[in-house]
Amino acid sequence: MTLLSFGVALLAFVVLGPVLGCFLTGADRIITARMQGRVGPPFLQPYYDVQKLLAKERRSLNSFQGYYLILALVMTVLSGAFFFAGGNILLVVFLISLSSLLFVIAAYSTRSPYAEIGAGREIIQVLAYEPMIILLGVFFYLATGSFDTSAVATLGLPLVALLPLIFVGLLFILTIKLRKSPFDLSFSHHAHQELVKGITTEMSGHNLAVVEITHWYESVLFLGYVGLFFVWAPPLTLVLAVVVGLAVYFLEIVIDNSFARVKWQYMLSWSWIVTLVCCALSMVLLFALYGFVV
Amino acid sequence: MSASVKSPWVLHYDASSCNGCDIEVLAALTPLYDVERFGIINTGNPKHADLFLITGSVNERQVPIIRQLYEQMLEPKVVIACGICACTGGVFKECYNTLGGVDVAIPVDVYAPGCAVRPETLIDAVVEGLGILEEKRLLLAAKSLKPAELPARPSAADKLVQGETVAAAWQKAIANALQTAGQEEQ
Ligand code: SF4
Repeated sequence: MTLLSFGVALLAFVVLGPVLGCFLTGADRIITARMQGRVGPPFLQPYYDVQKLLAKERRSLNSFQGYYLILALVMTVLSGAFFFAGGNILLVVFLISLSSLLFVIAAYSTRSPYAEIGAGREIIQVLAYEPMIILLGVFFYLATGSFDTSAVATLGLPLVALLPLIFVGLLFILTIKLRKSPFDLSFSHHAHQELVKGITTEMSGHNLAVVEITHWYESVLFLGYVGLFFVWAPPLTLVLAVVVGLAVYFLEIVIDNSFARVKWQYMLSWSWIVTLVCCALSMVLLFALYGFVV
Repeated sequence: MSASVKSPWVLHYDASSCNGCDIEVLAALTPLYDVERFGIINTGNPKHADLFLITGSVNERQVPIIRQLYEQMLEPKVVIACGICACTGGVFKECYNTLGGVDVAIPVDVYAPGCAVRPETLIDAVVEGLGILEEKRLLLAAKSLKPAELPARPSAADKLVQGETVAAAWQKAIANALQTAGQEEQ
């Protein structure tokens, strides 16, 4: 990754990230409505929501909350830029963790009991998906011999053929990352839940708009993780990656609409079991089928 | 039409309603009527809400609660009193514990009478409320204008001749002023 490619990726992600993310969320809301026998909002509804939130009065319980959230947004953007520039996958993973951490701090800073329970649940969610995400980086190295995401372009076959079970594990925790039922414990995009609005309870106006925009960037980045598994040497595979990414997003919407929220104990234990099993079997598979671990 | 009007999030609070009006309000929010078509979301959080729907008459104990919910909502916000109880106290007006309608606690923007409030009345009230929401948003944005740039509120006599309501004419004037000040694109 050169400085130039990073600059180009940063610029592209800053501009295209929220647009794509907004379209994804808009499509999500319409598809969700259709699945429930409704018509649903206009396609650009997420954009209207954010525009409205930005037009609201500025007020927050802790004046630092806004800075934490903006920093979280910056971390997400940087992480995405490193990812799409072909940078180090560990850096991508850690920047995104930092973003989650800042989000949690922003919620704790208001000391509202609802926001605190929401933030506590967010931490449990991080605990549930983080091992899988870090092991994804490790297995990426074992399979490609490099931590740079650009290394997939030198492969003779897609990553999903080398690490099918890691892909399954990623799909499992993706539901947590995208804040979909049954794992939308800390806050959900639909209706209100048992904790008022969970982690976002005390975030209003501008701050909520920043949270929403961060979520757009995140969605694109996480679908990028999925796409990574389907890119190899021929450049046309990028199209395949996009198609698979969209298909996975549709699958997430189906899951979102078919399951009720679970308890955190269930989420935590199952995501760790899935991580453990997938990673252990992947190790065996890498050795047995391809006979290599770099 | 600005985004505020396209994405009104609703907070519903039951003062001491007999539940007749609540059922009407909640029925209107069910998936059957799909209010999400208009960007309406029923949020349980006053900090996210734009429209405040209150049902039932108000007694001593509710005043601080209603005030707190109202204070927690960010401007621009609109209060809609749903049902005759919320408007004036209704059949409970003479009760020893009833203070009256919602306007004893907070300023009400739209009164939707009826016992129970009819869905049609509710929809009319929300549409009316959205107009007020837009006006409040413009006024909030106009706070950044210098006093000299702010248009005067037109008088009723001026406007009735031109077949336009005062509120509509004023909104347009503020929007124009904001546009010339380069604060908002049309
Ligand atoms: S207006 Fe009628 S239905 Fe509504 S709360 Fe009052 S008594 Fe009940």
